[in-house]
Amino acid sequence: MTVLACVALPLLAPSLITALHRWPNPREAVTLLTAGGLFLLVYSLHDNVLQGARPAIDLAEPLPGLTIGFEVEPLGMLFALLASFLWMVTSVYSIGYLRSHHEWRQTSYYSYFAVALGSTMGIAFAGNLFTLFIFYELLTLSTYPLVTHAGDDAARESGRMYLGYLLGTSVILLLLALVWTWSLTGTLDFRTGGILEGVVPPGIAGILLVLFIFGIGKAAVMPFHLWLPAAMVAPTPVSALLHAVAVVKAGVFTVLKVVIYIFGIDFLAAVPATQWLMYIAAATILLAALVALRQDNLKLRLAWSTISQLSYIVLCALLLTSSGIVGGALHIVMHAFAKITLFLCAGAILVTTHKSRISEMRGIGRSMPWTMAAFTVGALSMIGIPPTGGFISKWYILLGAIDARQLIAVGVIIVSTLLNAAYFLPVVYTAFFHSPESNPEYTHQETHGEAPLTILLAITVTALGTVVLFFFPDLPLELALQLAGESG
Amino acid sequence: MLLSNLPALQVIIPLVSAPLCMLLRNPRHAWACALFTSWLVLGMAVMLAQRVYTAGTLSYAIGAWATPWGIEYRVDMAGALMVLVIAIIGALVMPYAWHSIQEELHKKQTGLFYTCYLLCLTGLLGIVVTGDAFNLFVFLEISSLSSYVLISLGSKRRALTAAYQYLVMGTIGATFILISIGLLYMITGTLNMADLAQRLPDVADTRTIRVAFAFMTVGVSIKLALFPLHIWLPNAYTFAPSVVTAFMAATATKVGVYVLLRFFFTVFGFHFSFVAMHVGEILMLLAVAAILVASLVAVFQDNVKRMLAYSSVAQIGYIILGISLASAAGVSAGMLHLFNHALIKCALFLAIGSIYLRLGSVEIHNMHGLARQMPWTMAAFVAGGLSLIGIPLTAGFISKWYLVSAALTAGYWPLAVLVLVSSLLALIYIWRVVEAAYFHVPAADMHRVREAPASMLIPAWLLIGANIYIGIDAGLIINIAQQGAAVLVGQMP
Repeated sequence: MTVLACVALPLLAPSLITALHRWPNPREAVTLLTAGGLFLLVYSLHDNVLQGARPAIDLAEPLPGLTIGFEVEPLGMLFALLASFLWMVTSVYSIGYLRSHHEWRQTSYYSYFAVALGSTMGIAFAGNLFTLFIFYELLTLSTYPLVTHAGDDAARESGRMYLGYLLGTSVILLLLALVWTWSLTGTLDFRTGGILEGVVPPGIAGILLVLFIFGIGKAAVMPFHLWLPAAMVAPTPVSALLHAVAVVKAGVFTVLKVVIYIFGIDFLAAVPATQWLMYIAAATILLAALVALRQDNLKLRLAWSTISQLSYIVLCALLLTSSGIVGGALHIVMHAFAKITLFLCAGAILVTTHKSRISEMRGIGRSMPWTMAAFTVGALSMIGIPPTGGFISKWYILLGAIDARQLIAVGVIIVSTLLNAAYFLPVVYTAFFHSPESNPEYTHQETHGEAPLTILLAITVTALGTVVLFFFPDLPLELALQLAGESG
Repeated sequence: MLLSNLPALQVIIPLVSAPLCMLLRNPRHAWACALFTSWLVLGMAVMLAQRVYTAGTLSYAIGAWATPWGIEYRVDMAGALMVLVIAIIGALVMPYAWHSIQEELHKKQTGLFYTCYLLCLTGLLGIVVTGDAFNLFVFLEISSLSSYVLISLGSKRRALTAAYQYLVMGTIGATFILISIGLLYMITGTLNMADLAQRLPDVADTRTIRVAFAFMTVGVSIKLALFPLHIWLPNAYTFAPSVVTAFMAATATKVGVYVLLRFFFTVFGFHFSFVAMHVGEILMLLAVAAILVASLVAVFQDNVKRMLAYSSVAQIGYIILGISLASAAGVSAGMLHLFNHALIKCALFLAIGSIYLRLGSVEIHNMHGLARQMPWTMAAFVAGGLSLIGIPLTAGFISKWYLVSAALTAGYWPLAVLVLVSSLLALIYIWRVVEAAYFHVPAADMHRVREAPASMLIPAWLLIGANIYIGIDAGLIINIAQQGAAVLVGQMP
């Protein structure tokens, strides 16, 4: 029942939010209470799951043999905990951001946000691939109004890219893979060890894997990555939660699920296509990092960095080793905390100073020390420097690559770490060590201070989280190890 | 007593009330009569479907003349499904018609409209329930002649040319069907379809029967607007009154598909149609062309009604594609889509009719910013559009899933890809309307419009609700479609 409540609560919240659209404060209270309630609900599940329980519930049977049902397993638990926790933080941030920006359509903003989170919960707890697909599409549709929130021509163009890429890949490739798998095996259940082994020859399995990996457009493996930078026209909290946590992580989460529970990593070892897809993921890591290096717009740089980091997780899944799986699962969490911190800082700078380009941010660390300190923590975690969470996931990823004897993967991870440093550290340097006077459009009237309090609060929580996860990684680590244990 | 006469009453009641509408001078009375009849028809259709579902195929001899001399009415599961589709759509468009017809038609024409509507309903229901080939032709002509009148009632003068174009094409089609029935009668000496089915195999290898088959296929293909015989459809749908478009899009072409199924599977038999005459390959080719070409043409239309009309041609392609696979899975996917598409397209055309009522136009560039002024209508359009694209939790997804799976099982993976790719084309043309209504700022000289009246919103939303319900729990409808397909393709290997 709790599982059902986790999905239903955020999906039902919009009715109340819409009803209260005339009273902003109670309206935001609904969002905060829902987010808090959701986190408590999800958290109450984790003890059972750690002890090996798999709470499950079946809802409906749209097609004979295909159910809409939920089942909690370690990876889904991890993802749900992450998304629901960061939704609370982002909600606090959203209130400060939208109000100081005087955004329009705030009611529909909070409503669609709640629906998006409900869809994310549906993805996390999906009991079979069919259910996962339904919520995957629902997530695309419910985030479309958020991405195009500005309602202008740029938003419309980006919205087209967003829908075109995400619906296009999922409808043509992913759905085809789904129906195909179903017609071959007669089931779409997630099973330990996969459902394809012994039913499908490795050649066909290779084609299926290609369809799955590229069909999951939310994982942004090249060449289906361009929607991600386009989606940056969204308000910053949307970019932060949805395009650093919920949407993109739903993509890599699905990749991990498919690799572990549909194919099974033992079976994939015999499929030659796995190698090639891993190289494509590796190429995505490097290419996206190189593009990020050249971006002056801070949000765009973060977006390209996200593309690069997502492919880390795809790569991990395709290493087919248990350390790789642990690394991938942990990286979902670690990257989420670091990247959301970075996005929230970018939003804080935008709201306070109306600056979005890195070249305009000289000396900004002097007037916004708190924000930029948090930014530094996020950047360190992205590079993987202790004491931040990013170090732990990178450790396991490297371990996984070495276990798999994939020297290319090891090399790519090391080079990309350098690239991460190369595109994040200059931002920190510019902010702290350049003087504000060296800005080209510097005027003496610039007397902005720190960002609004709700924004600072959110940033502090996520930055602290990034550090805390280095010292106390127990919960995500235990869940990830359990996942790796299950996958064999 | 009453129950056993259901198949006949199903047809006779609308036939009798049709002239009644003409006699009632007051438009309100005529409307009430048509509304009452439509709901009565729905009630009977539900009872009929129930009886067929529990008791199996019903047979009814008109005037108690024994078959094969008398006319037999015969309703099996596939027929019951069709009767249900027609009756549901009829019962939903009638409450909607009141405001829409008042706005679009001259007061003097309303009586004529309701009469012709009821006659069209009679014809469509008759085609489905009859088991007699010549009787089928008669009902086909009743429905066709009345639909020519219905289309010509459209408010623009081009409705007349559209109706004329349809008249010419439709008459050619009807003549072909009549020629075919004549040839069949010449060889076998019977008009009863069950009887025909028994006698045909002995004489199948004659040129006359092959010619009859060809005439029938082409004639019915014109009626159901199979590419490239669809050219009457876009004009007819664009210029007909909104109610007529919604009603016809959901029923008339679907009944054409039903006739095709009847003749292919029941009368000529699977072996003759698909093995000896290779109709499967021909249909598949035409269906693929319909899906691709019509979807592409739809993308470039500015008139939303015309856009949806081309989309209908493409969707008929989906249905025919399912049938052309010549497998039980394929035919049931086709029938499933036949039902689902009726719900989807009717909902979309009803939403567009509401827009026409308020705006007086259905051009995309006139719909800028409309979502602010008609939020419920536009939301219905978006929901119907999502179902048309085939997004999960809608009826469109269910039929797409079945179609793709049937294509894969039959080994035609390029067809599966084609179906999926063309659903993206649907995304493009639906989204053009969405962007106009939700993103563009209304032009300065555009006058404010109100939301459509409840009598027009509720039918549209009932259909949307049915779409979503089927998307979540399609068990019953899939069961009916599979049973219907099993009846049709019973003798298949």
